[in-house]
Amino acid sequence: MKAKTHFAFFDEGSKKEIRRALLKAVAIPGYQVPFASREMPIARGWGTGGLQITLSLIGKQDVLKVIDQGADESVNAVSIKKLISKTTGVRLVERTEDATLIQSRHRIPEVPLTKNQILVLQVPMPEPLRGVEASEYQTKILHSEEDYSGAWLQLFEQVMKYGKTATGADHPVYVNGRYIMAPSPIPRFDNPKLHQSDALILFGAGREKKIYAVPPYADVSSLAFDDYPFQVESFAGENCHLCGAENVFLDELEDPVTNETIYQCNDTSYCLERLNENEEAEVRKTYA
Amino acid sequence: MHEAPLLRVRDLTKQFGEACSSCDGGENLEKNYCPTCGTVYACQNISFDLYPGEILGIVGESGSGKSSMMQCLYFDSEVTSGAVYLDHIPALAGKNVFALSSQQKRAIRNQQYGMVYQNPIRGLKMDFSSVGNIAEKLIAAGNRHVGDMEAVSKSLLEHVHIPLFRMKEEPRNFSGGMQQRVQIAKALSNNPPILFLDEVTTGLDLSVQANVLDLIKGIQRDLGISMIVVSHDLAVIRMLADRTIVMLNGSIIEDGLTDQILEDPQHAYTQQLVYSLL
Amino acid sequence: MGYVAVKGGTKAIEASMERLTYERLKEQEIIEVETIMATMKSLIDQVMSESSLYSPFLAALAIKQAEGSMEEAVFLLRAHRSTLPRLYTSETVEPETMFVERRISASFKDIPGGQLLGATKDYTHRLLDFNLLEEDKTQITTWLKNFENNLEQTEGKVTYFPKVVDYLREEGLFETYPLNDTAPIDITKESLSFPASRSARLQVLTRGQTGAVTALGYASLRGYGQVHPTVGEVRVGRLPIHTAHPVEGSGNPEDDFYIGEIRVTEIESFVPITKKNGRNEEKLEFEIGYGICYGQNETKAIAMSILDQCLDHPEGDFPTHDEEFVLLHIDSVEATGFISHLKLPHYVTFQSKLDSVRQIKRGVSDDES
Repeated sequence: MKAKTHFAFFDEGSKKEIRRALLKAVAIPGYQVPFASREMPIARGWGTGGLQITLSLIGKQDVLKVIDQGADESVNAVSIKKLISKTTGVRLVERTEDATLIQSRHRIPEVPLTKNQILVLQVPMPEPLRGVEASEYQTKILHSEEDYSGAWLQLFEQVMKYGKTATGADHPVYVNGRYIMAPSPIPRFDNPKLHQSDALILFGAGREKKIYAVPPYADVSSLAFDDYPFQVESFAGENCHLCGAENVFLDELEDPVTNETIYQCNDTSYCLERLNENEEAEVRKTYA
Repeated sequence: MHEAPLLRVRDLTKQFGEACSSCDGGENLEKNYCPTCGTVYACQNISFDLYPGEILGIVGESGSGKSSMMQCLYFDSEVTSGAVYLDHIPALAGKNVFALSSQQKRAIRNQQYGMVYQNPIRGLKMDFSSVGNIAEKLIAAGNRHVGDMEAVSKSLLEHVHIPLFRMKEEPRNFSGGMQQRVQIAKALSNNPPILFLDEVTTGLDLSVQANVLDLIKGIQRDLGISMIVVSHDLAVIRMLADRTIVMLNGSIIEDGLTDQILEDPQHAYTQQLVYSLL
Repeated sequence: MGYVAVKGGTKAIEASMERLTYERLKEQEIIEVETIMATMKSLIDQVMSESSLYSPFLAALAIKQAEGSMEEAVFLLRAHRSTLPRLYTSETVEPETMFVERRISASFKDIPGGQLLGATKDYTHRLLDFNLLEEDKTQITTWLKNFENNLEQTEGKVTYFPKVVDYLREEGLFETYPLNDTAPIDITKESLSFPASRSARLQVLTRGQTGAVTALGYASLRGYGQVHPTVGEVRVGRLPIHTAHPVEGSGNPEDDFYIGEIRVTEIESFVPITKKNGRNEEKLEFEIGYGICYGQNETKAIAMSILDQCLDHPEGDFPTHDEEFVLLHIDSVEATGFISHLKLPHYVTFQSKLDSVRQIKRGVSDDES
């Protein structure tokens, strides 16, 4: 009754099927390719889309990093890593530079990605127009006809109501001048990293059964009006209380002693790296 | 008229139902209806021209096919057969617009046409702001500047007498007459050369009706937009239209200058209409 | 000595798993898979139906592992199912050939073949039976012996039960359709697209979460829908499954291989519909809503037949007639997964929203000052 698990969980047929969908996604940047999403041993909504892409691409030589909301040690990241490592035995790393394949939920790492890397983003709601139109049949038509007034109108209404656009994470983007795409709930801070990226960026929505992609060096722009430019989250004047980093996405914490608001790098491996570098520099200075 | 027509409609036919051997091609009908198979011939071979700057009235009782025709022209429903030409657009000269892709049709809707429906629910998003409703049309036509769109919307709302302090309110909260005026403002927002008005005053109070009709007349005078006005009410047509087409059971039975039709109606049905007005 | 990542997540997960095992074992009681199979048939039927995998044994194992949680057990079986190779497709199964255990009609008293009540909880009084606390093996054996002695022998006579609908079809009350032999699409191998084919629709419904299917069917019946059927036929029984020779294919059904049987519940609901005939006259006719699912799952199968009929009439102005609304929201694994994902950290997304709200507030106060 006990079945032996295949390398990377899937049979080769399933992997090929997913890779075919990936190829189509790369060929039509920003277009949501429907695929036969498999039922996985982790729950729908917990990264099954990203996981299926990772498993269909991973080879024995790959080096894998998995992060959840910026953290390598977040419980769900750990759980996904456990499953992949159990079925593949590939090397797991935390340093962004060391990885060939990075699966992430809702963040793009601070360290710029390279052309030798693939970033896989987990997507809960792949349809950027769902807020304007509930029906899948209708949103397909809107995309095919490039009818995006609804998406723009939502932003317009925000400006009318609040004096500026009020999107949080998952701010919609235009890909390659054709499709409007949900970048997954990455903070607006990460949106610019999608533009002309050196790395291939893949998006997987397991429950909604869609795969899409931003191929390397594709143009990606965040939806914004001419007179209300796109704005990322602002951490002006703040830096990481551990490593001192500025111009990164910060988590807001409360200092347990002073009860003051302090900030800390959201990207944990980046922070660690910097702490180590700072220490080395410190040591060199002392001995020099 | 020496000018070239803006819009040419040729043999527009719209039927609901499969047709059968008895009625094929519109034979053996009772009014516009085949008693054998139940097919409705809503519009049969409708042809006419619309000239720049004129208001063309289309009058007929309910079921005469005038609204079906309008819906076909605005691509809200598919025609069964027939053609429409927009020769003033060089890229479309001589091309049947009905045969274009849905994407091209949408571009025409967004850039060439404005539509005011009898029921504002069809033309407005009731839970978006009034200014947002107008901006939607501008966005669709390619505008990406909030300031511009807000300015255009404000001037249009003023033009249709909506107090600006209510511009961010949803039309849901407005009276029928106000909703209709917001709809007109929306339809005008992209400066369409052609405006369709479908029974726009039906269901409004008499005083509000007069208001809306004045508004339409004023718009035509100020902006020179060509309009097709569909109404069952000859009084509305008399007030607005330069030329008039009379429809009955899906066909045109009479057409000419409005004054001429009112003074010397030819067809028995038109005569009946005109006398009832007196 | 540099900084090292704190392995908090890894440690926490390991500890949590241990705690989970402890919670399962601490009473020091063991339930055998065989016991579950023998005593929890309804639960097994429901798990098999929702996971669309027919295996009472694996279902029992899943129930044991899931400690009785329906959503967990279904999840386990679904995940297992997706790792199984699909080797053959069976020949078409004709429910008319069912070995019937129970068969009733709410439409006709006298149906050809007769009504057969079979085993049903419908007429039990729902009073807690405290005698079950003292049930023992000898009691059971005596009871069984008595029961078997009182059974009438039918001497190998097999009764054929014709479909109730056939009888009405002969009268012209139902439209006759030619057999449709197009291969059904497999919604686990092809993503659902809309408008969905009937085969896709029936698959989604039959593997739908029992509670969700029942709730939507009920909503339609109560007024949020336009279908109020009469149950034409309920049958519960066993269906033989055959496959054709893998190489030579199916020429003669006599040569097909029998690979086993499945127990199913099948419902045909009759719904009166006004239709126009060729001469444009309105005519009252019946249409069928179809429900089928693994095991004895009568409520779900009836609800399914209502929803099948609802979705046949998308013109109905209710969510129960909207195929995207019904078909995209009744899957147990998808619904429970997405709802439970809200437990995952949303620090980044929340920070992003917080920033947006703060900027707006700042903007407003700037305007005011």
